Amino acid sequence: MRHMISVLVENKSGVLARISALFAARGFNIASLSVSETEDVAISRMTIVVKGNESILEQVTKQLNKLVDVIKVNDFNDVEYIARELALIKINIANKASRDEIIRLVGVFKAKIIDISQDSVIVEISGNESKLSAFMKVALAYGVKETCKTGASVLYRGNSGRVK
Amino acid sequence: MKKKTGAQILIESLLKENVEVVFGLPGGQALPIFDAMYGSKLNFILIRHEQAASHMADGYARSMGRPGVCIVTSGPGATNIVTGLASAYMDSVPMVAISGQVATSVIGQDAFQEADTIGITRPVTKHNFLVKDVKDLARTIKEAFYIATTGRPGPVLVDIPIDVQREVCEFVYPDKVEIRSYKPNYNGHIGQIKKAAELINKSKHPVFYIGMGVVVSNAEDEILELSKKANIPVTNTLLAVGAYPCDINLSLGMLGMHGTYCANKAMQSADIIIAVGARFDDRCTGKVCDFARNAKIIHVDIDPTAISKTVDVDIPIVGDAKTVLKEMIGLVDKKGRKDWIKTVDLWKKEHPLSYKRNDDKLHPQYVIEKISELTKGEAIITTEVGQHQMWSAQYYKAKHSRLFLSSGGLGTMGFGYPAAIGAKFGNPNKEVIAVAGDGSFQMNMQEMAVAVLNKIDVKVVILNNQYLGNVRQWQEMFYGKRYSHSCLAKRKECPKWCSTPNRHSCPVYVPDFVKWAQSYGVLGIRVTKKKDVELALKKMLETKGSVVIDMWVEIEENVFPMVPSGASLDEMIIRANG
Ligand SMILES: Cc1ncc(C[n+]2csc(CCOP(=O)(O)OP(=O)(O)O)c2C)c(N)n1
Ligand SMILES: [Mg+2]
Repeated sequence: MRHMISVLVENKSGVLARISALFAARGFNIASLSVSETEDVAISRMTIVVKGNESILEQVTKQLNKLVDVIKVNDFNDVEYIARELALIKINIANKASRDEIIRLVGVFKAKIIDISQDSVIVEISGNESKLSAFMKVALAYGVKETCKTGASVLYRGNSGRVK
Repeated sequence: MKKKTGAQILIESLLKENVEVVFGLPGGQALPIFDAMYGSKLNFILIRHEQAASHMADGYARSMGRPGVCIVTSGPGATNIVTGLASAYMDSVPMVAISGQVATSVIGQDAFQEADTIGITRPVTKHNFLVKDVKDLARTIKEAFYIATTGRPGPVLVDIPIDVQREVCEFVYPDKVEIRSYKPNYNGHIGQIKKAAELINKSKHPVFYIGMGVVVSNAEDEILELSKKANIPVTNTLLAVGAYPCDINLSLGMLGMHGTYCANKAMQSADIIIAVGARFDDRCTGKVCDFARNAKIIHVDIDPTAISKTVDVDIPIVGDAKTVLKEMIGLVDKKGRKDWIKTVDLWKKEHPLSYKRNDDKLHPQYVIEKISELTKGEAIITTEVGQHQMWSAQYYKAKHSRLFLSSGGLGTMGFGYPAAIGAKFGNPNKEVIAVAGDGSFQMNMQEMAVAVLNKIDVKVVILNNQYLGNVRQWQEMFYGKRYSHSCLAKRKECPKWCSTPNRHSCPVYVPDFVKWAQSYGVLGIRVTKKKDVELALKKMLETKGSVVIDMWVEIEENVFPMVPSGASLDEMIIRANG
């Protein structure tokens, strides 16, 4: 099971180390992690995507709450939320025909081409995890040279389960 | 306002926290702190090894229910207290440790005696702080004490770079702490408490399983009242020895690996287990999937992560033991539960704790029984780790909590003697006896200098079995008596492998603990015969100042009952040969 956990923490040095150490100490692999300051510079938000069963998730959530620098922990089970990830994907261009196909595909996925060179293009795509992986599958058919992906950015819709 | 240095601020903050005693040892990166102590009111005790400083602070804290404090230098000073922090962390002991650190300008440059103290101690502390600005120091100390002593207590470390110790600012000690991300919850959920009470009222075979949380929250009276009202038998963990009076018929004694037959039997037969401030440690539960198969479990604990960690809980109640039990007393019905109590009594009679009492050999259990008798269970007993620890837990009848101090969760050899010294600093009018294994004692016995120089009257009773006895017992029972590196008398000239130890043919034991004690000006007594035990103990108790008794007990005595590692509580071995 994939779980997304949103953690509001004190924006201090060493806090990321505490959190990642907690996951490591319990043999829990982090699938993705994004950290940024919030509208309040004293608070950072960490959005962590992990894989594991419910009981491990529960234990991890409780352990996170126990850390002194953690202000609030939310997981997104049973709540409506919006999640976005951003990926940069460098795709091979074998010939003109494949280049045209890629340009078309980029349109279908509402992605953007942000760089073109002799033998490759860089595509910028954002969306939820399933959209990104769908595009990735297609891109793989053309040959992917390199990719770089952000962690998830996640917020609740409206007021449902508002953090703080 | 006159400005003060960071070092002065630290010392004054400790005094504001009413710290009675601080244990530690100086070094380069802590010199400003030690300079600020010169002539100050702070009662500082110079120890001989920093590990012992941390255990002294721990022993003081366990015996007093107040935070223990130690101060060490950077690098090796800080790494030496890691074992003490980890021991305290596992057993929820409030402690504040202060370490010196290299100057902020050189942190990360592998400066002389630099260690990443924050990184090293992060997993063994409840929280830790690196203070980078002297203006944050007073508030940080205040927060450190607050975090260490509230919620589930634990050790907190404050790392102070030497430039921060030297810098100056105005000193204002805050009188309140406000940490938005740390708000322990003391009140249990009333709906959950009601559900628990209903379940208890319906149950036929309930058992209380109590741990350190009961001691921490001073909930002994509430457990006593509730157990008597509803006739619920009570078993305790190692850390809760003394929390429930052992002379009441409802007392089952300790459970688990070396628990009593009746306690383990009751756990396995219970329909409800009410765990209070206990964390279902594997030494208590045995094989988890077979643990209390028929019982619904109610778990009261202030730490949410303790709940459903190893054993699934039916009714979790997050809160302070005393507060929750107070609510519960009114909701739980008065009941006789005659059949259940009768069954439990039968188990008690069937297999009480036993050893060869009528023998004239010197059995270690006999020594503990005598200590218990002569002190009326009113002395503070500390233990090291091993067989002697288990015999002490089984046979010392502590009158109340905080009289039996032992490293439970981490099982730290070398804990007991310094912990006894720490406890004596807090309890000058109580008898304090360190029951030691001959192996463990050698890990921190250098602290006798501290006891002698400070007129700290701590008695040491070494149950000398010439072995790392606990290891030897496992080797005897589960490794075909292959005594690999567990004999403490083994010399170069011994046969490479030996499984037939014998006081008469084995090489002379070193050190000679009697002469060793004498070298500190301390009375040392050797006892090799059962008939001399009582007299020696009496002599020890009558003597002012430290005394060391080297008791040559039976070498191959084993601790029973025993639940082998990985077995279920039902698979208890009750005594030797069946
Ligand atoms: C620091 C440390 N190292 C190793 C152990 C493993 N250990 C547990 S009990 C024990 C033997 C202790 O021997 P002794 O102090 O003589 O006590 P006895 O069991 O003989 O009573 C050992 C080595 C430990 N608990 N702590
Ligand atoms: Mg021994």
